[in-house]
Amino acid sequence: MATQNPATRKAAIVGGNRIPFARSNSAYAQASNQDMLTATLDGLVARFGLQGESVGEVVAGAVLKHARDYNLTREAVLGSKLAPTTPAYDVQQACGTGLEAAVLVANKIALGQIEAGIAGGVDTTSDAPLAVSDDLRRVLISLNSAKTMGDRLKALARIRPGQLVPDMPRNAEPRTGLAMGDHAAITAEEWQIGREEQDELAARSHQNMAAAYDRGFFDDLVTPFLGLTRDNNLRPDSSVEKLAKLKPVFGTGDGATMTAGNSTPLTDGASAVLLASDEWAAAKGLPVLAHLVDAQTAAVDYVHGGEGLLMAPVYAVPVLLARNGLSLQDFDFYEIHEAFASTVLATMKAWDDPAFCKEKLGLDAPLGAIDRAKLNVHGSSLAAGHPFAATGGRIVASLAKTLHEAGPGKRGLISICAAGGQGVVAILES
Amino acid sequence: MADWYTSFANSGVGTTITEQLGLPRPVELRRYEPGEPLLPGPVVVGSAGAGRLRDAVTTVLRDAGVTVQSPVTADGGTDGEKLGAVVLDATGLTGPGDLAAAHDFLAPAIKRLRASGRVLVLADPPSDAGSPAQAAARQAVDGLVRSIAKELRAGSTANAIHVPEGAEGSLASPLRFFLSGRSAYVDGQLLTLSAADVPTGEDDAKPLAGKVAVVTGAARGIGAAIAEVMARDGAHVVAVDIPAAGDKLARVANEIGGTALQLDITAEDAPQRLVEHLTERHGGADVVVHNAGITRDKLLVNMDAARWNTVMAVNLQAQLDITQALLDTDGALKPDARVVCVSSQSGIAGNRGQTNYAASKAGVIGMVRAWAPHFAERGATINAVAPGFIITEMTAKMPFGTREIGSRINSLQQGGLPVDVAETIAWLSQPGSAGVNGQTVRVCGQSLLGA
Repeated sequence: MATQNPATRKAAIVGGNRIPFARSNSAYAQASNQDMLTATLDGLVARFGLQGESVGEVVAGAVLKHARDYNLTREAVLGSKLAPTTPAYDVQQACGTGLEAAVLVANKIALGQIEAGIAGGVDTTSDAPLAVSDDLRRVLISLNSAKTMGDRLKALARIRPGQLVPDMPRNAEPRTGLAMGDHAAITAEEWQIGREEQDELAARSHQNMAAAYDRGFFDDLVTPFLGLTRDNNLRPDSSVEKLAKLKPVFGTGDGATMTAGNSTPLTDGASAVLLASDEWAAAKGLPVLAHLVDAQTAAVDYVHGGEGLLMAPVYAVPVLLARNGLSLQDFDFYEIHEAFASTVLATMKAWDDPAFCKEKLGLDAPLGAIDRAKLNVHGSSLAAGHPFAATGGRIVASLAKTLHEAGPGKRGLISICAAGGQGVVAILES
Repeated sequence: MADWYTSFANSGVGTTITEQLGLPRPVELRRYEPGEPLLPGPVVVGSAGAGRLRDAVTTVLRDAGVTVQSPVTADGGTDGEKLGAVVLDATGLTGPGDLAAAHDFLAPAIKRLRASGRVLVLADPPSDAGSPAQAAARQAVDGLVRSIAKELRAGSTANAIHVPEGAEGSLASPLRFFLSGRSAYVDGQLLTLSAADVPTGEDDAKPLAGKVAVVTGAARGIGAAIAEVMARDGAHVVAVDIPAAGDKLARVANEIGGTALQLDITAEDAPQRLVEHLTERHGGADVVVHNAGITRDKLLVNMDAARWNTVMAVNLQAQLDITQALLDTDGALKPDARVVCVSSQSGIAGNRGQTNYAASKAGVIGMVRAWAPHFAERGATINAVAPGFIITEMTAKMPFGTREIGSRINSLQQGGLPVDVAETIAWLSQPGSAGVNGQTVRVCGQSLLGA
């Protein structure tokens, strides 16, 4: 196990910005990833007066990406009010993209390689890339490379009507063919996660987020976009009773507990977080909300290893706790990404399960339970929605502000599950 | 950017038609452009009465690079050059008889005034006159100036400044303002100065350099114009507007190199949040412009409580609460701060269907008057600006007839632009405007309403 280099410094989280998240094919149906990321960066620039500034690096990414967006983040920077001399690169780690981007920026700041940076993420399931089928693609490539008219005609003759149907991006695991919800349903059944507790968690997410909006918590975290001023998935009047009426959409038979209400919908949106050294922030008169203390990733073998697709954070957290000499209860706030209500519940159940903690995590004692009153206190993805790569930035900025409001010395844990059986977790401290 | 009628009246065929039909002939007003001289022509300075300000005026004008000429005689004057401005020092009047000199001086001088020229009369305030005859003479100046303003054409304006004994040192900044293009739409107004410690050495091109200026309602319209002018004059602008207007607000902040603060100023914790933001991020504010305002028009008999209450909350109570919080917190407001509150012509003249709005905007005038002595003690000022008919997105939605009449019933025969309001506010925000306190300056082209 690595130990932290004492020569490094902890990166400060100065603040964040996101556009309201929009359900797929709604308010942002016509917006591209680049539009959304650029607007989000510009909102951040306006909030912190970064016009014409060259920050050390902008790191962001998208999960669903057009081929033309190979340099998405740099293009967004060039379209923004940041100095055109600001370097940028793309990352992609499925739903972990946003948090991983923040960790990458924080690490460069920690090492003194940059003084400030912006981490972000964006995703659209509305303006999704459609690809031509592999068969048609091969025909078109050979047509392009054909030298004679005869070769060209030969290539064209290979086109069949069936090849004209485009490849749609799917929310499914390539290696199992199962949708993420189907995977989550397997885990939910394995951990005996009930329908009611899922609906309770979902209702609370909506209520918490609505209350946070009402008290102005998001005033300096969100900038309206294309007429939307709040996340349009948010249902302030959500209740267990209302959610109980929905039919399950994932799982089969009596074990089917996952509905459209306790699963996140496909969502469009973008987020960004400004990180910096304490010195940089102080020189600019900018606040330090919290520091990014440490982070950890993990992956599970969901293909043949008998572990659930979204269970990797369960493995990442104990590694992170051990390295930092902390117990699971040493936190004032927990941000567990609500891909599905059942995922959050299964994650917590696993940490509190002696057999699992011993056999799978190799721990002498279970990590234990967490105080639910400290969980997702300002709502999470079930309420806001989940534009894959944008979720990490949303959580980092919201948690940093939550910690700052609570006062100095408060600690928060972020846990984000991702496709491909991966997880990214991090500790923030005010 | 002139309105359609002004453009038409200044076109070839439009000139002929409007002249022959005797229609209003509005001109494009001379507006301030950085780097341009204070005035496009020389100034003639004259006096009526004993006159104690001529030398001071001449010094200010010469420092500003303006050519100062001697008074013109009734038979035609020294040369044919058109005048940029005519300044009359009418201090020291003893009785109405002294006013004949004003007539003798002004009549030939005004004949030589060029387009968008300026007539400025300096006088003692009638309130501290030593005798009824002196009070009469001083008060007579008001009628004289207001009438000259109505007689002037081609974008020229006439205004008066009351200079009490001891306030002579406050004169430079108002003098420059009224002569410059910054006061394009300020006409027929009387400003009263007070004695103050006026800082010197201000950079004319960037009078707000190094200042932090808060502008509420900055996402669009007049607020956005205020933010732009403040930034042009060198201030770092903290642009404030409701969170729902955050995207427009960000655009304004990014265009002017300021910062955006999304805040509902009527929220209970808004004053505290603004105070914290200003102290933590900027070390306090030098300038605060209370511009945010809303209308919820209805005849009083049909007005529900919500319309009344929201207008009062945004337009008046928020200004009071935020200003009080800034005063109460050490370091939130710089000692020599400038607070400018946006009132309205409706607050002076009243307006049918706007009892709530007019009440709130009249309240603003009372507020600045009451607060002025307290502000003066710390070297600060608080003033109001009352815009008349200003061409904005809001007026674009008015019915054609209402809009056309509204924009013509003033001496300049046209609506003002948001920048006209912004220039006046930026001037009041200058360090040099220390001697303007508790005043309400109308930016209305000498509107007939409430005159």
